[in-house]
This record gives sequence, structure tokens and C-alpha cells, in this order.
Amino acid sequence: MNPPDLKYTETHEWVRLSGDTATIGITDHAAHALSDLVYLGLPKKGDKVSAGKACGEIESVKAVSDINSPVDGEVLEVNSALADSLGDITSDPYGKGWLVKIRIKGKAPASLMDASAYDKLVAETA
Amino acid sequence: MTTATLRKTPLTALHEAAGARLVDFAGFLMPVQYEGILEEAKRVRTKAGTFDLCHMGRCRITGARREEAAQFLVHVNIEKMRFGQIRYTFFCRDDGTTMDDVLVYRDTDEMFFCINAGNRARDIAWMKEVSAKFGCTFEDLSDELAMIAIQGPRSADTMAPLCSGDLRGLKYYWFYRGTVCGVPAMISRTGYTGEDGFEIYFAEREAPAIWKAMLESGKPHGVTPIGLAARDTLRLEAGMALYGHELDDTTNPVEAGLIVGALPHAKDFSGRKAIEAMLAKGPPRKLVGFTTASARVPRQGYALHLPNGGAQVGVVCSGSPSPTLGTHIGTAYVQSAHAGATTLDMDIRGQRHAVKLQPLPFYQRAR
Repeated sequence: MNPPDLKYTETHEWVRLSGDTATIGITDHAAHALSDLVYLGLPKKGDKVSAGKACGEIESVKAVSDINSPVDGEVLEVNSALADSLGDITSDPYGKGWLVKIRIKGKAPASLMDASAYDKLVAETA
Repeated sequence: MTTATLRKTPLTALHEAAGARLVDFAGFLMPVQYEGILEEAKRVRTKAGTFDLCHMGRCRITGARREEAAQFLVHVNIEKMRFGQIRYTFFCRDDGTTMDDVLVYRDTDEMFFCINAGNRARDIAWMKEVSAKFGCTFEDLSDELAMIAIQGPRSADTMAPLCSGDLRGLKYYWFYRGTVCGVPAMISRTGYTGEDGFEIYFAEREAPAIWKAMLESGKPHGVTPIGLAARDTLRLEAGMALYGHELDDTTNPVEAGLIVGALPHAKDFSGRKAIEAMLAKGPPRKLVGFTTASARVPRQGYALHLPNGGAQVGVVCSGSPSPTLGTHIGTAYVQSAHAGATTLDMDIRGQRHAVKLQPLPFYQRAR
């Protein structure tokens, strides 16, 4: 089950909204589907990001995937600790595995899903 | 495609119960990984593992002129093969391009072939056509025969208690007919990992019992099931071609370095003229191996450039982290003029990553 206090995208990112700050990561489902992570490419502090557009890349032994920003905004902080511990993304995707914090510009898109809608999406793709 | 439309093997339920991740592979629902690609690859190098290969194609040609028919299909000299011997070879078109890479088995009363899952339909159509031309009978046994492999240094220890005959005395690329768990089987000392091991063919309905017996017998030796992802990493380390990557509809086996020198026989076979012409003239591009210290994994289709912003001279066929070498490895086709280079740059979305060319294979077991 995915945490009920987060929002989710169809491309398997999660977002924690707090004031005008959004913390984003990839979901447990995505992390386990990728498995064996080898590379993480994150935006830099100050980079502008757009909702639904790639803002980074995550690579496993078998595939490269885009990380899409769930919101419009500017990168406040990146989780640089992950560089030496990509395993945190798999073992603790909603905690130590967070990827970037973004200062939201405007409003978070209405298309973001709540946990029950996302659970359903995952159940359908499984 | 949803999983409901995919074909299953007699072992699919066992893979599912063991917690394997199942994916579409050539229209079959196949286990891509169990515990993790890198762990599984290491297990095969140090202990052994079992592989469900029921998706591959298995067929035979019988009849008085079966060896003539087989000779027309492949580049090796069938007459020179001993009964019980196996050769790695190719089905080629007239223009020398590769339809498939296959194993051919010469037995006293039949020619047997193991072919790739993804090419089954067209291989079978081609073999039927050739068989008919020589008045032979072609049989597709893919659905009635199961195929399981065991690969790794503990393979013989695992299989010897289950098999009749002199399993340990069987030479690499030879086979015999005997039994596994009392079931009639063809036992072949072949594989696709660079390790010692066996590929075993027997009646499809016996597959779950034999799979379980192999894992049980292998338990003290550390044997577990291995998914297709680790198999791909292992074959790449061993420098073995994968159809759709190093070989495809545009590739002549000479470019892949899989036929070298001159053909040592005068037998006619499909593609002979084009293969001889390329052997005489030299291939325009060559398959090379490379390693990279980059964090990024080489992937099929990435361009290879001359260093310092130079022109593109090649393209990546396969890539993987190599748990055995501890670095990422790959294969690529490079224009022959540049195939002797020591370093090239790999382009990943506009960023250049240095690669170091090296001869294949990356890994060879001690014998």
C-alpha cells in the first residue's frame, strides 16, 4: 500500500506537498520494477522543471527511465546522499529515497492521483 | 500485450510460485529474474543454476537425405560431424544475412535443431521448405519436448545422480540419449553462459517433476533457478551472440566474427557465395567488445564516435553491468577501419562516455 498522505503520477512518481514545497520520489512499485539500480541523474539546484516533463533519469541493469516532475517549479534541493546509496530508493522509497524538493510555481496539477487511485493503477498494471 | 495472451511453459506456475518476475519474451511469459540479476549471474559463475528454455524451438529432420537437407541449411560441414556431435551455426539467406543462429545435432537417425524463440515461425517455414526439397520429413517438436538447462561449475555434481550414462565423461558440444529421473532424454553438454553445463530435452509433461528434482539434487551445491536477464549478462560476458543484437536480418556472420578464415569445405549451403565474398573482401564493419568506466550502462543503439567530438563510427549491440569483471561491458559494430581503435566515445543523450575496446570474450572459464 502506498502512503495515503502523498499524491501520485501515472508515471509512478510520488509527491509530498507541504506549503509551496513539493518533495518527489519514485514509488515502491517503480523502484521494484526497475530493481538493481546503477545510475541516478538528478537536476541541479535552481533548475526549472515542468509538470509531466523529464527532470532526471534513473537507470537499472536492464533499462533507463525518465523521472518526470509532477509539478511546475524550481529545484530547491537534491538528495545528494543517494549518489553513494542508490539502494535507499528501493528499500525506503518514501523516506531516505526521496529525490528532489521543488518550490512549486502556481498550483499542483489536479491530475495528480490520491493513494487509492494509484493503488488501483498499480493493481491494473500488475 | 496483457499477460493473458502470452504463451506459458510447463514451468510457468513454478516460476510464479517461486516469486520470479515474469515478462513477455518472444510471446512467452518467462521468468526474467528471481533474486536479482547480479546475484543470479554470480551464482552461475560460482555454483550453478537452472534455466527454463521451453520457449526455444526444437525440431528434427528425418528421412534418407536428412543430412543433405541439413547441409543446405547450415555453414558447417555435416559430413565431418560425428554421431553425437553438436555444432553452433547459422541459417543464412542467399545474400548472407542471418535468419537465425542455431545448434545442429547429428544423430544416427535424425538431424536435430535448437532454434531461437523469436525466430521459430520463420525458421520452421524455411526448414519445412528445405526438407520437402530433399524428400525429408520435418517435425516441429517444440510443444512436445521440454528444454531445461543447468549451467555452472556444480552442474555435473547436480545432474550425475539423476542421469543414466556417463554424464561426467560427456565432452563439450556432444550429446547422448539416456534418461533423467528415469525419463528418456537427450542430454547435451552445451550452454549459453560460458560455464560448464547441460541442456536437456525430454517429454514436455515431465518438466515440473524434473525441474524440482534438479533443484533438490542441486540444493547442497547452491543451485537455484536463474532468469533470462542474468542469462543475457552471462552470455555477453562469454562473448556469445544474441539474435536481435549481435546478429539480425542485416548481419552477415562474418561481420560478427563468427566465421573466420576460409570455409574448410566445398559443400553448398544457403548463403555460401555471399559469405565467401565477404571472407575474401573483408567485412565493412566488425563486432568488437568494449568496457566502460562510466556509471551508465551501454544499451543497444547508442552511437560510438571517434574521441574528441569525432564522427560516428559504430553502434552498440548489447550492454550490461558485468558482475564477473566488475565493470560495464558491451558489444558494438564498428567500421572496420576503426575496429582496431583502443578507445571510442559512447553517446548517451548528448553526453560522451569513454569506452575501451577489447577482444571478445570478456570471460573464459578455466578448463
